[in-house]
Amino acid sequence: MQAYSFSRRAWLLGAGTVGMGGLLSGRMAWLSIAENARYNSLAESNRVNATLVPPRRGWLVDRHGQPIANNRTDFRVDIIPDRLRDNDRVLRLLGQLLRLPPEEVERVRIDLDRAAGFQPVQVAENLDWERFAAVSVRLPELPGVQPTRGFARHYPAGAAVAHLTGYVGAPTAEQFKETRDPLLVTPGFKLGKDGLEKALEQHLRGQAGAKRVEVTARGKLVAELATRPDVPGKNARLTIDAGLQEYAARRLGTNSGSAVVLDCRTGEMLCMVSMPAYDPNSFSDGISHLEWQMLSDDDHVPLMNKVTQGLYPPGSTVKPMNTLALMAAGVAPTDRVLCTGALRVGTGVFHCHKRGGHGAVDMKTAVAQSCDIYFYEMIRRMGYDRIAPVARELGLGQKFELPFSTQRYGTVPDSAWKLRKYKDRWTVADGLNASIGQGYVLANPLQLAVMAARIASGRALQPSILADRVHRDAPALPFDSEQLQHVRDSMWAVVNGGGTGAAARLLVPGMSIAAKTGTAQVRRITMAERRGGVLKNGQLPFKLRDHALFVCFAPAENPRYAAGIVLEHNGHTVRNLDTPMIGRDIMTYLLDRDRALASLAEVEPTWGGDITTRMAAQAAAYRAARNPAPAAAATKTDGVVPSDAPAVEAATSLANQTQAALAEAPAADTPAAEGTTERTP
Amino acid sequence: MSSRLVPEPLAQLPWRVLFLIAAISAFGVMMLYSAAGGSVRPWALPQGIRFCVFLVGAIIVSRVPEDWFRKGAMPAYVVLLLMLVGVELLGHVSGGSQRWLDLGIIRLQPSEFMKLSIVLACARFYELLPAGQTRTFGAVWPAAALIGMAAAFVMLQPDLGTGLMICSGGATVMFLAGIPLRLFVGGALGVAVAAPLAVNFLLHDYQRNRILIFLDPESDPLGTGYHISQSKIAIGSGGIWGKGFLNGTQSHLDYLPEGHTDFAFATMAEEWGLVGGVLLIAAYILVVLWGLNVAQRSTSRFAQLTAAGLSMTLFFYVAINLAMVMGLAPVVGIPLPLFSNGGSAQMTVLLCLGILMAIDRQNRRRPAW
Repeated sequence: MQAYSFSRRAWLLGAGTVGMGGLLSGRMAWLSIAENARYNSLAESNRVNATLVPPRRGWLVDRHGQPIANNRTDFRVDIIPDRLRDNDRVLRLLGQLLRLPPEEVERVRIDLDRAAGFQPVQVAENLDWERFAAVSVRLPELPGVQPTRGFARHYPAGAAVAHLTGYVGAPTAEQFKETRDPLLVTPGFKLGKDGLEKALEQHLRGQAGAKRVEVTARGKLVAELATRPDVPGKNARLTIDAGLQEYAARRLGTNSGSAVVLDCRTGEMLCMVSMPAYDPNSFSDGISHLEWQMLSDDDHVPLMNKVTQGLYPPGSTVKPMNTLALMAAGVAPTDRVLCTGALRVGTGVFHCHKRGGHGAVDMKTAVAQSCDIYFYEMIRRMGYDRIAPVARELGLGQKFELPFSTQRYGTVPDSAWKLRKYKDRWTVADGLNASIGQGYVLANPLQLAVMAARIASGRALQPSILADRVHRDAPALPFDSEQLQHVRDSMWAVVNGGGTGAAARLLVPGMSIAAKTGTAQVRRITMAERRGGVLKNGQLPFKLRDHALFVCFAPAENPRYAAGIVLEHNGHTVRNLDTPMIGRDIMTYLLDRDRALASLAEVEPTWGGDITTRMAAQAAAYRAARNPAPAAAATKTDGVVPSDAPAVEAATSLANQTQAALAEAPAADTPAAEGTTERTP
Repeated sequence: MSSRLVPEPLAQLPWRVLFLIAAISAFGVMMLYSAAGGSVRPWALPQGIRFCVFLVGAIIVSRVPEDWFRKGAMPAYVVLLLMLVGVELLGHVSGGSQRWLDLGIIRLQPSEFMKLSIVLACARFYELLPAGQTRTFGAVWPAAALIGMAAAFVMLQPDLGTGLMICSGGATVMFLAGIPLRLFVGGALGVAVAAPLAVNFLLHDYQRNRILIFLDPESDPLGTGYHISQSKIAIGSGGIWGKGFLNGTQSHLDYLPEGHTDFAFATMAEEWGLVGGVLLIAAYILVVLWGLNVAQRSTSRFAQLTAAGLSMTLFFYVAINLAMVMGLAPVVGIPLPLFSNGGSAQMTVLLCLGILMAIDRQNRRRPAW
């Protein structure tokens, strides 16, 4: 009985053993057959680690295919943390070889502490060949150091295209947190930070390549596997003419200004210049605090894109548009107004820019001579509400469909607008101020260029900057073609008929330019000042000088190109730096390039050379002003005069002058809200 | 029938089972060679030498008469229990968990021997028990006390895996001794009820964690669940035929933790696939069945219970380790005997086989009549 029980139970255990063996085999078969694919891929993702290779960024090219932004070879040095041994010695040696400042070495040290395994940490980029080679030849002593040839963004025209292209830079921590895209923390990867670089980011970026390596669980590199190449970003062709862009930027000279040129047949933007500007090349590498400070301190606002973000009272440049509106409202071009130099409206006195008055003026003369009284009187009669729709029709106050993130589009005021905005009644004075492009009227330079182009073409052109998105076949404007021709004729007279823009007369044989000048006051001229004689712009601090504006198209007979130019606080002080000659030269470049280049070569040296030279001089002066040479203190004790003392002194004094000019400028720089006039009490 | 060419003692050895365990060990040494990245050091060579030494030891043990084991069973149990208490006290003195006694020449891990000793002690107890009393309470509590004391001190170390094996080994002997089935069924139900409570109140944090993570390994893929996840990846990615000798990535690139000890099976399975795994499992099962067969052929009650109990101890070793490696059981630190790197388990298992061979030899000497 007992033996029987034992053998039966032992047999039971044997059966259990075999059963368990079957169960384990079954489980194993499940893992290795049914789930094989899943576990295979898991094992593979354990084993292989991909290091991203930043994709080459697509180029920005101009209408002829010439690069505006391309990529140049960038010599850089990274460290693979896992392969690094003897950190302190390696970092010290790298610091010497690359001539890194101590704070940069410290930054690398901190990055290394945070880094994991094989993910490279950037030591330095944008190295010259000499320093790159110095590291490369000593690699055996530098375990873990990896000199790499990457790509860096390059803007051949430098500052001339800064506000057009924007710049690129390393992504911010916030951007990484948003997307968790590992590409964003890959050394050497840059993305668009401003301008077209930012707007076209997805188009230009491309797809990252990958260097695949086999790594252990601790991140130790075992072998390098096949590399997946990057897919370069797509190029973007712009409507910009790179030559014109650079020419216009140089031709603006020392002005704080902007210029836009449009093709009158299609609305394509041929140039979009805002100067002065930062150098997008050095911006893309990351700039020093000092450089940043210098740019922010500059009263010529190099950090702002004045074309899309600058708003100015358009001044007299609206007068051709006014005449179109007046004709549409029934005013005959032959109707005359007597200009005596001033006009009393209610309790206010409105002055013409010509003290003695223009006498009896008709429409064409009013435009040519820029007579304020004619427009005061006519618009007082018709009411500004009949002008405003035409202003909008011609592009003022309009926002255009362009790939720029910020576009300030200004104001075309009328009575409804004022009621909405200020809960107030529209006054005659409001209309009079608006009639000469002051008061509530604000426009950006692009709108001025569009206005000129629409007058020149008679069509509702839309500006475009991407070559594949040109708004062709713009509809005709709802104006009588004879009236439009009259406007064009009067603009022709501004330059060629004894008008205010005679300096813009084209020197290209057989062609002429049609234009309108403008001046916008940014300060109020008091009665007292007017009695004592209005101050000349040259006597005023920079920030109080008048803006100079200019719209034009050429050739006047068969318009091809239209332009809008705004020079902040230009004050019409220097002739060849004033709008008419700049406008003429920019137009000349399009019609007779050699003549334009010769003209530039003549004047450029008078204002301190080309853009790069002037920017370098400015930076040197600023640096000298900020860091008063410490050597000077030492020289007093040992009595040795350093050889570079005079140069430092000169630079310092120049910088001091700049600072002084800045200090004089008032804090607020609001456009004259009340226009050119004042009211007698 | 012994041939004249082969000496009598050699011919008497159970060659088939010796071949099986030699094959398992050789396979294990190859695995260790691969786990070290294709090198006999640091694991494969010492493991091979140890195996040869212990095998000789096992053959010597196989010459020991059955009676010696019978008489030594209880004293050995008492000595080991005292040593466990000593380990526990020393552990308190030195702080932290301790599992071995350092005797100067060798480190003795009494819990390891207790796995065998408990089987012998229980077998001896049931041999002494008069046949009529197996169904009384007096047949249960002394054995339960033997098991309970041993298991309690081992669990205190804390060593959950060994404690589990001592309980299983003791319970197997009780089962074979003819203790009523309802007690086991009742016991199983009791465990089912008590286990969740024990998990919550008796286990150490890390032990509780292992069980919780076992229930859902993906919940903590980089922490405690890492072991199970990586082990399953190794086995699963091996497929039917494996990645080939020396080609395992999980083990060579250190993703598989403990790839040469507790998770040795995963290391092997990655390179040899399902085929290698099934062959290895089959080899173990054959050894266990051989042991049960020895028990069936034994005449004395002590020999029957000892042989079957030791066979099942070997089986528990294998089953618990494989279940753990395949993600069917929590991680409980039990090596795969003869296969994993490590002298203790190797010694225990070969000692176990030595005793089985001794009983086998006894059986053949006195053929049943």
